[in-house]
Amino acid sequence: MSTPTEQAAAPSVPPPRNSPWWIAQLARVWRDLTSMRVALVLLFLLALAALPGALLPQRSLNAAKVDAYIAEYPTWGPLLNRLGFFEVFASPWFAAIYLLLFVSLVGCLIPRALEQARALRATPPATPRNLSRLPHHGRETVDTDADDVLGRVRGRLRGWRMVERDEPGGVRTLSAEKGFLHEAGNLVFHLALVGLLVGIALGKLFGYEGQVIVLAGGGQFCNTGILGYDSFRAGLRVDGTNLDPFCVRVDDFAASYLPNGQPDGFRAQLGYQTSGDIASGASQWQPYELEVNQPLRLDGERVYLLGHGYAPTFTVTYPDGTKRTSTVQWRPVDNATLLSEGTTKFDRPGLTDEADRRRNQLAITGLFAPTSSGGQIVGSVFPDLRDPQVAVDVYRGDLGLDDGRGQSIFTVDRKQVESGALTKVARQNVRPGEQVALDDGTTIRFDDVRQWVSLQVSYDPGQTAVLVFATLLLLGLGLSLTIKRRRFWVRLTPTGEGDPPRRTVVEIGGLARTDRAGYGEEFSRLRTELLGPLKEE
Amino acid sequence: MLAEYSDYAFRSALVVYLLAMAFYAAEFAASRTVRREPALVAAGGGELPDRPVDEPAPRSRAERFGRMAVALTILGALVHAGSVLARGLAAGRWPWGNMYEFASAICLVAVVAWLVVLRRQASSQLRQMGLFVLFPVVVLMFIGGTVLYAEAAPVVPALRSYWLAIHVSAIAVASGLLLVAGVASAMFLRRPTELLDRVAYRVTVVAFPIYTFAVIAGAIWAEAAWGRFWGWDPKETVAFVAWVIYAAYLHARATAGWRTRRAAWINVAGFAMVIFNLFFVNLVIAGLHSYAGV
Ligand code: HEM
Repeated sequence: MSTPTEQAAAPSVPPPRNSPWWIAQLARVWRDLTSMRVALVLLFLLALAALPGALLPQRSLNAAKVDAYIAEYPTWGPLLNRLGFFEVFASPWFAAIYLLLFVSLVGCLIPRALEQARALRATPPATPRNLSRLPHHGRETVDTDADDVLGRVRGRLRGWRMVERDEPGGVRTLSAEKGFLHEAGNLVFHLALVGLLVGIALGKLFGYEGQVIVLAGGGQFCNTGILGYDSFRAGLRVDGTNLDPFCVRVDDFAASYLPNGQPDGFRAQLGYQTSGDIASGASQWQPYELEVNQPLRLDGERVYLLGHGYAPTFTVTYPDGTKRTSTVQWRPVDNATLLSEGTTKFDRPGLTDEADRRRNQLAITGLFAPTSSGGQIVGSVFPDLRDPQVAVDVYRGDLGLDDGRGQSIFTVDRKQVESGALTKVARQNVRPGEQVALDDGTTIRFDDVRQWVSLQVSYDPGQTAVLVFATLLLLGLGLSLTIKRRRFWVRLTPTGEGDPPRRTVVEIGGLARTDRAGYGEEFSRLRTELLGPLKEE
Repeated sequence: MLAEYSDYAFRSALVVYLLAMAFYAAEFAASRTVRREPALVAAGGGELPDRPVDEPAPRSRAERFGRMAVALTILGALVHAGSVLARGLAAGRWPWGNMYEFASAICLVAVVAWLVVLRRQASSQLRQMGLFVLFPVVVLMFIGGTVLYAEAAPVVPALRSYWLAIHVSAIAVASGLLLVAGVASAMFLRRPTELLDRVAYRVTVVAFPIYTFAVIAGAIWAEAAWGRFWGWDPKETVAFVAWVIYAAYLHARATAGWRTRRAAWINVAGFAMVIFNLFFVNLVIAGLHSYAGV
């Protein structure tokens, strides 16, 4: 279908004359790449390539799930892994598609922008010879002269760009055009896409994200380096040496729950010092109430409340009377009831012999229930601290902390247990204030429970740009989809007796860039107003 | 109490929609017999009566069924709106905090959008589309009211934000509109008429910027709630895929050879992706969004 609506959207790169074959070839590749059809294909590819990112587990979201998946499908799991299907959005093939798309986009935009600039200055095109071939047209003979009709047309088309021309035989024409903002909106939209990509790239290069667990009731965290974090994801150009050194202190944390155990609110009372405060030697902490959906926004960095949990406090009293107290976070294993597991590890003080020291390390592991079910097997029935109880397993021996490998703070090293270096010496359920006695006279008391919060620090220097471009994108889209670029022509041919003739044949015609977009109705209205009530032709 | 009324109204709306479907179907059947009739008479060799005088004209019977169907659709939409309203009042918040409520809202938008389209196009040819708009609506509502049903309750803290109103309303409105557009495109594939094509395009063109806005609003909310504006969470990823497909649809409309049939396929694929995002991603793939609840 080659109606006049078909205006080449793809730029026409003139084939260079008398140039080597490869230039011509390049020009052709370029022309193809920047054609609408290729843009369409690339858009499909983009959608298709993104899908596995939702259907397969992704390493960036949940590395453990990816490993489990690969283990479950030993034949194609590793293959998918090698091909990057578990990191779709960092994979070379995904990047190739969107980069090609954006090359195509830029190649498409520049000529269009130029054309648009030219079109803004051009006058509406001459009236086609045969208006009845246009998708919208009308014809009527009226009992007034051409001037009169023209006056009415001009009045009706206020706001349109118009030009009048004379044709032989006293025929007069008027060409009008409207809706240049359609093109402008389209350009803004596509340019904003490019801006968006640049903004996102900025974040990927210079942004970072780190998580840290801080004990409520005075625990502090300072953003001085990567090592302060429990986990850290650095942008490509971030090495952690130039972090903005602000500090936060968690003074208090409170969670409230509905009777059915559903969380109702989380609130952490923070104090913070910006890097500016610290540099100027200020000693006060500025207060902030940190909530879900309400991050603390510093200059650039944002601090989020991600999660919370419990940290039981244990005091170990050794046979010689020395005491050690420790509070370590345990991690929730059930988010609904906050049943938690963890390990609190102790080094026996006062032992100078290295081997002796190693033989006497203690680990208090187990399950913590904020509201105990009260049975022999400790379970939790409510996430709030109503009746806390810990089922402890006490291990004594070599925890394996000194062998250079990192180990989880939540568990004991199973290898040490299997090798017999670490042995279980007691098992008991304890409530606050209760204690466990070991065979060597050591006692372990469950003192109390503290809350911990997990905080996330995020930094993304491209984020404001992304928001600005997203807004522009939306504006451009709105303009481009609501405004139609359309043309309207009138040809007035005097007819009948008299000099000048009193009757006029009025022919009108209309054309829109995208026809099905609904110029038809506007045209009908114009026709009714100019030619009178519609007569079916 | 109010929550009970809401449930009651929900079920009533479902029943009224089913009734409306029956009338749309009756209209369809009646209008088909009228089309066949002249051929039969002509085959009999007799004179072709302009209009049968004795028996009531079948054409007007179809017309009556059609009007009845539309009236029932309007009634259903009113009851449905009452259900959504009562639910919001009962829960003391915007009534789209879980999948049941969200599905209900989408269906309401779809029905209202359909009625608006019908009013603007005022064509009995289009009216028959009602059957095919109500079909997915009824299916969605049935699944919503049974499998996904959840008691009226406050939402978890992460959802307590005015962005719930902004982001989720926009998604619901866009999805409801896209349902109508998708149905029009699917029908176009069976019976290509310019009217269906135009309805599909026009409704998509209204829905797409709303959908775009919804995704942007979601990103703004994610920045405040999860610490990043975009993280390729499964829900975000599928929303992106659907968005790209709709962008492809709009491109297809400006690409020679892709304007009609292929574009209609793309539009259907886009809506399939929206539905996929609503159900599959929430129910099967766990992600950050999953806590919106089943
Ligand atoms: C990142 C990739 C792209 C996306 C997401 C995208 C999206 C869109 C959308 C949503 C529209 C309809 C709204 C409007 O008219 O402004 C559109 C229209 C258009 N796009 Fe793209 N586009 C992309 C790349 C391209 C490329 C590479 C080209 C050039 C080959 C292109 C050329 C056009 C043209 C000519 C229109 C106007 C169609 C009309 O007048 O109806 N786009 N694009």
